Formats: sequence, structure tokens, C-alpha cells
Amino acid sequence: MADVLLSVEGLTRRFDVSKPWLNRVLEREDKQFLTAAEQASFEIKRGETFALVGESGSGKSTIAKMIVGLLEPSAGVIRFDGQDMDFASGAAMRTLRRRFQMIFQDPFASLNPRWRVGDIIAEPIRTFGLLRGAEIGNEVGRLLDLVGLSAADSAKFPHEFSGGQRQRIAIARALSSKPEFIVCDEPTSALDVSVQAQILNLMRDLQDEFGLTYLLISHDLSVVRHMANRIGVLYLGRLVEVADSKRLFTEPQHPYTSMLLDAVPDLALSGRRRMPVTGEIPNPINPPSGCTFHPRCPKVMDICRAQNPPDFTTATGRAACHLLATEVAAAEKI
Amino acid sequence: MRATKGETTMSDIIKKPEPGRFARAWDSDIAYSFRKSPLAIVAAAVSLLIILAAIFAPWIAPHDPFNPATLNLMDGFTPPMEPNQFTGNTYWLGTDNQGRDVFSTILYGARISLFVGFMAVAFAMVLGITLGLIAGYRGGWIDSLLMRVADVQLTFPSILLALLIFGVARGFIPPAYREAMAIWVLIVAIGLSEWVQYARVVRGATMVEKSKEYVQAARVIGAHPAKILIRHILPNVMGPVLVIATIGLALAIIAEATLSFLGVGVPSTQPSLGTLIRIGQGFLFSGEWWILLFPSLTLLALALSVNLLGDWLRDALNPRLR
Amino acid sequence: MKPPILSVRDLVVEFPTRRGTLRALDHVSFDIAEGEVLGMVGESGAGKSLTGAAIIGLLEPPGRVASGEIWLRGERIDNLPREKMRRIRGRRIGMVFQDPLTSLNPLYTVAEQLIETIRTHMDVSDKEARTRAVALLDRVGIPAAARRIDDYPHHFSGGMRQRVVIALALAAEPELVIADEPTTALDVSVQAQIIDVLKEICAERGASVMLITHDMGVIAETADRVAVLYAGRLAEIGPVRDVIQNAEHPYTAGLMGSIPTLTQTAARLTQIPGSMPRLNAIPQGCAFNPRCTKAFDKCFVEQPDLIARPDGRQVSCWLYDAQEKEVSHG
Repeated sequence: MADVLLSVEGLTRRFDVSKPWLNRVLEREDKQFLTAAEQASFEIKRGETFALVGESGSGKSTIAKMIVGLLEPSAGVIRFDGQDMDFASGAAMRTLRRRFQMIFQDPFASLNPRWRVGDIIAEPIRTFGLLRGAEIGNEVGRLLDLVGLSAADSAKFPHEFSGGQRQRIAIARALSSKPEFIVCDEPTSALDVSVQAQILNLMRDLQDEFGLTYLLISHDLSVVRHMANRIGVLYLGRLVEVADSKRLFTEPQHPYTSMLLDAVPDLALSGRRRMPVTGEIPNPINPPSGCTFHPRCPKVMDICRAQNPPDFTTATGRAACHLLATEVAAAEKI
Repeated sequence: MRATKGETTMSDIIKKPEPGRFARAWDSDIAYSFRKSPLAIVAAAVSLLIILAAIFAPWIAPHDPFNPATLNLMDGFTPPMEPNQFTGNTYWLGTDNQGRDVFSTILYGARISLFVGFMAVAFAMVLGITLGLIAGYRGGWIDSLLMRVADVQLTFPSILLALLIFGVARGFIPPAYREAMAIWVLIVAIGLSEWVQYARVVRGATMVEKSKEYVQAARVIGAHPAKILIRHILPNVMGPVLVIATIGLALAIIAEATLSFLGVGVPSTQPSLGTLIRIGQGFLFSGEWWILLFPSLTLLALALSVNLLGDWLRDALNPRLR
Repeated sequence: MKPPILSVRDLVVEFPTRRGTLRALDHVSFDIAEGEVLGMVGESGAGKSLTGAAIIGLLEPPGRVASGEIWLRGERIDNLPREKMRRIRGRRIGMVFQDPLTSLNPLYTVAEQLIETIRTHMDVSDKEARTRAVALLDRVGIPAAARRIDDYPHHFSGGMRQRVVIALALAAEPELVIADEPTTALDVSVQAQIIDVLKEICAERGASVMLITHDMGVIAETADRVAVLYAGRLAEIGPVRDVIQNAEHPYTAGLMGSIPTLTQTAARLTQIPGSMPRLNAIPQGCAFNPRCTKAFDKCFVEQPDLIARPDGRQVSCWLYDAQEKEVSHG
């Protein structure tokens, strides 16, 4: 079994969304907190693609940001290659930081419009002091070539490129510090489908070539299924199911996973009959009691309203649903 | 077999030689918008004319109004374009009570006015941008503190504030240096009364920019905050700053004129346009109108044209308003 | 055969710029039959939203209809005076946009907006209009419609807002609904619900739908026929099942192959090299020629017209022109 590159334990993030102090006093309101991620735990093995899927408010981007140090966790531990990530300690983090990178959703916002492409790609090289002088230019040229652009493009500005080309530039930049692990936050959701295919294929090729490990954040189940080895499904900040990619789609264990699958438009026109999707995501500031999915769950039981379900080991991975407890109990009786 | 070579862009299809830096600038949207705006062209021409005339005043001015050796009191009160009744000398715009050529004093006066204006704007910009960047990027109590200070300052008319700063500063400077330091005190006073605008705009723009992904990308690799502020955010917030700076230049020139008119600005040994106007208004009712009129017109033309240029720049940089 | 509800003929939309006139739509022709849902797909910049805007007379200046005709049930509407066009919008053509907040006025309650729309276009009393409005809200799936109708738009969630917009679009019982990316801003689980509501309620009321989206999946689920736009030109138009399962235009075929699905097994996605040209750099001949694997001499010279194919399909691709010749000559 491949070794674990990144492990996350009990990762939690709460945002203070209270009104300003004076309003609170006048309106006699308490402080309000939004729990964007609650007790998320998972492991990513070296060389695999682990995907986090979820709808808005599921906390997938919050988890990604905590892993790369853009947000401070309220609780929990992130371990990279066996070392605790402590973003407060500058010196110790410097060597760790070089080993992971991030690709963002919007290639129109992730490249500084005032910088030349060459400088954008070289920024990690310069920041980590990996190369100097003319070597940097050569390396930038090589990276541009690697992602399907040409070395001459380094003198241009981002606005001279299309969305797909910009995402290639962002990938070249992410690769420039020779990282082992890349967090990809919705890398293709701002792109057209024909360009999306190019970028997904490129990401795969690069993974094969450099043995990269990806954490893929996406709301698009088809993309996730195509790219990931294992998938974590998030709902309102909680990891409700983690399973092997292919089996998640054939044997969903959590009712929310089934609902998400049923909501995906059926391009194959197979005419499969699906469970109609109901309800909307509740306000994360006041999540429902017990299992947060219970108001929308077709299989809801009394216990779901009262207790948040623990994780149960399943044939495909693990899931947090009270139904599984009854299944486990039933199996034990036999 | 790796991803196919990049997607086609305009430049791939239209193979034309790389244009030079000037050609590119000439072809840019902002240059185009300038060429299409007669008002902007006139405003730019007038501003440029006055600025150049002020810079080259020692070479252009027919007289040196500050060299007592060349002044003749007999030349005093000569009306424009008329020979003096005693000396027979003719001056384009006439002379003042001491026989100084009004045209020359305007050139030298504009020099002082523009110097104070540019320096005050530069001072306000540096202060405002620095504080705005820090407030916007850091947020929290630093932001609250700076913005409350700004709010309080905005409740005072800026000219009053400049007057106050001017007065306090003079109190600290020994009398021997007051004359020499006056112009610098003026610059600091005007600059301090104008920094709030820059700080507010930069703070707002910084808060927008810092949430953009290119800033996050720099944070992921652990780039130093100072580097992120200066190299990443600053270039992207300069657009609106330039607009305020242009309009601010006109404001600073007017502020300087007001202070000098009130007699608290530059000393009369180095008269600015405002000082000239103050001197001139004393002669308005005795019939020597030209001593007041021509400096006033110059100030008006300068402030108006710079202001119009600022308005045009704001519209040109903000295409949504068109 | 009944005449179509909407008939667009050789529509050309141009944007004059200082660097020359850009042609954003180039001789686009299609019909929408009564009760039909026509899907309009294309990448961003292909001109799908522009087509919708041109039909309802809301092109943003400097864009303008340079030539072509738009007919609504036998009446030409592209050259109508502004005032007449405004009466057609809302009354005969309903609109649903991507962002529900642009269609709803935040300062008025949902009831006020619905009743106003109903009364502007129909001769009914205030009370009658309110009854209709409540029934409509109930129909689009707003729980406790009679109570919630007096709420303001911001009291509703994103999905509920889009339901209100659909109710608003259908309030005056239009013959045609133009829905421009109606689900793009919504979450996956809400998307499916909105699409269902839109489809059902339009079918119930016999309204035809022009569904503009970049999402092939939504089209597959909803549309009867689909029109594929590329660089402002129609690449292919035909019954949904045929186009999706057996695309004839190389662009459509590539597009279909590049979409990952829940059932596919290939390790790599088919990819179309390059990207759609910008409007100022559309190549001569077929706009798709630089990316087409099957392009031949003619494609680089002459722009193909729509060629009629079996089953009411039309494809603008020289491949099919040549084939027909071979068949007729051979």
C-alpha cells in the first residue's frame, strides 16, 4: 500500500459572522458562528487523486484553503509527509511550502494582470530561491513547453491569452517549485467543456510524469469520477461519505450521495429513473439538528433528528449515516 | 501526446510584426479615448503649456521680477500693452506697484504654485497609499483606527485643517528658518489635509484585490506581506489613485492659492499665484485691474484644465460609466 | 403542418468597434415549433445569449441586428418600434435569466411584481390577478404560496427565487419563454428541480421554450431539439437524441466526446485542440477549420451553409455536401 502523503484529522473551521458589536448590543443578539468545516478527517496517499465534492456551503474550499495555509483551522491537525503543518512557524514551513501548490478556479483572477507570464511562473522559483539568473528564464520556457505553450509566451501579459491558456499558465506556475502535492480548487469550472477536457487531460499527463498527488475540489461529479481515485462527499461542512471513486457511483452508501448522483443530468439519455431531488441546502449558520441532511433525506428516522451519526465502515469506504448502524446491527444478529 | 499546443489567439492568426512601445501605447484604449475627446486634448494642452512655461520661466520670462537691480519703481502701475508714462517701457500684461512685469511674475508664480501642488500631492499620495494598503490588507483594529481618523478628518474643511497644521508647524520652527521653511510647511499642511482620499480609495481597492486568487497564490508560496502589497496589490490599485491625484493636483493648487491669499502661505519674496492674487486685489478698486485679473485667469485656467483632465481620466479608466 | 412560433432567418448581429465591425452572429436560422423546447448550446462567446437578446430586442449597444428577420407566429418583430416590442416582451415572450436577482425588483414584494405583470398584459381585476399569482407560485413549487407571496425577493433562497422568476415569466401566458442559463447559478441538486419545473409548466401551458445553456446535460434532459452554435454560426441543429448520440458536425462530435460522464470508462477525454476563435480572428471558410481533424481544402476557403440531412437535421459542414454529391453522381 502506498504511503500517506497528507493526512487531516478533526479539521474544523468556524467563521464569526456576528453583526458588529454595537448592533449586537442594541438588537440583543448573541454572537453567530458559521461552521464551514466540522471534524473533517481523511488521508491522501502518495500519487493518488483524492476529490472532495459538495455543493455550495459544503466547506470544500474551506478545507482546501486550510490545507495550503490560506485559512487557519479552528481545530484539527494537518500532517504533510508525517510533519505537522504549523503555518505560524515561518522557517520550518518554508521547506514544506515548496512541496505543495495550489491551482485556482478562475484563471482570470489567479494571474496578476500587471505581471508578465514569465514573472508569474517564476515567482515560486524566486521566492524559494531555487534558481538564479538565466537559469530562471530557461526553466520558465521549459515549463511553458510542458503545458503546451511556447517559451516566447513568457514576455506576454495574461490578457493576451484565452481562459484555457491561462489555466495552463497557472499550472506551469504551480509546477515551477517542483511540488509533490497540488490542491486543485475547481480547476475547470470556469472553462468551456472542450477546454475543460484539455486541462483535465493535461493534469493527468503531468500526474503520470511527475508522480503528483492531487486534492481535487469540485462540484461536478462527472469531472470527479473521471479524475479521482477516491472521493469524499461533503454536506454542510461534514464529510458524509468517503469511498473508492468507481464504487461510489455504483454503490452510494449515504442518501445524500445518492441524491447528488440523481441530480446529475443524464447525458447518455439512458432513461434511468431517478429519485426526484427535493429541498435546498439549509442555512449553514443554523444547521438542522442531528444529521444535518435529515430534512431532505427520504429515509429519515427519529434518531437522525436527534443525533449526529458517527462514521461507519462500509464495503466501499466509510459513511456517516444512522441507516448503516441498523444494517450493522442486523448483520450482527444473523 | 501531451496536450496539444496552445489554443489559437488573435496573435497566432494575424501574423504581424511586433509593434514598438510607442505604437502600442498609441493604439491602446486609453490613448484612443484621449484622441476622441476634444475637451481632454484642450485641457492637456493648456495644462502642459502652463507647466512648461512654469518650468522654463527663467528662460521665457522677459524680466526677472525678483532681482531688485532690474526693477524700476518708475515702471509701476503700467497698464497692459501701453507704454509707461515715465519710462516708455511697454509690458504685455502690465506691471504691479513695484514695477514688476506681471507676465513674468505669473510665470514664476505658477512655478511656485505647481511645485507646491505636485509636492503636496506626492506627499498625500505616499502617505495615503501606504496607510490605505496597510488598512485594507490587514483589516482589524488597524483598519478601524485609520478609518476613524480619516472620518474625523473629513468632518473638517481641508483648508481649515491645512491652516491649523500650518499654524502649529510655524510655532515649532525658529523664526530664523520660517521664511525658508514656509514652502515645505505649506506642502506638508496641504498634503496632510488631502491624504484621506487616497487612503480610502486604496483601502477599498486593496480589500477587493487581496481576495483575488493571484494574491492567494502568492500567499500559498509564503511570499512576504510587504512584497505582496508592493509587487502584487499596489500596481493593481494605481488606476483610481491616478484619477484622484490629477484632480487632487487641481485641489492642491487651489488650496495653496487660498492659503497664500489668506497670507499664511509662501512669503511675498517668492510669490505664488495665490500671493499675486492677494497683492492684486488691493489695487482692484483703484483701477489697476490687470494686477489681479491675469494671475487669477492663470490660476483658473490651470485648475480647470487639470480638473477636466482628471474627469476624463476617470471616465477613460472606468469604461462602465460610458 | 402548423407554422412555427418563432422563426429566425439569416440573423446577423454586428458590433461596430474602432478596429472594424465584429460579426457576433452570422446568418443564424432556426425555427421553434409550437410546444417545442429548443436547446441552444455553445461555448462562452459563441453567441447563444446574443441570439436570445436579439429576439427580444434587447441587444446591448453598440450591438445591432445588421440583417435577417425574426418572426413571431407569422409577425415580423425585428423591426418593430421600441414601444411595441416592449409589449411583446413579457406578454408574448417570457424571459428567465441566469441571475434571478436581475429579473426581480428588490424593492417590491413578489405579489406586487406578479400582479403588475398580470394586469399590464391581461384585463383582469386586482383580486383575480392575485388569485392567479398565488396559483402560479403554488404551481412552480413555492410552499405556502398564499403567505409567501407578500415576501420580498431577498426572503427567498436562490432556487426559490428562480421559481419566482419562472412564475413571473409565465404570468402573462406567453407563447414563448426564453431561458438564458436558468440554472447556472444554482447548486446541482437545485438545478434538476428548476429544470423540471420549467419543463413541466411550459408543457402544461403550451409555451415553447428556447433554452440557452452551456450545459449539454441540461439540454439532454430538457430539449426536444438542439442547436449548436460555434463562433456565431450554427454548426448543427436537430433532434436532441440524434445530435447527442450521433453528432455529425466534427465540432459537436468533439464537444460530446470531451464531456466526462458518469458512465464513461476511457482514461482520457477526447479533446478538441485549441479554442474557439475570438470574433476579431474568425478564420476564412469554416470557422472551425483550424481545430477540425477532418478539414479539407474547401473548408479553408468557403463558409458552409446549413445542409439538410435526414430526420430534419441540418449541419453546416462541407463533409456532408461532398457525400451528397457522391451519392447523386454515383
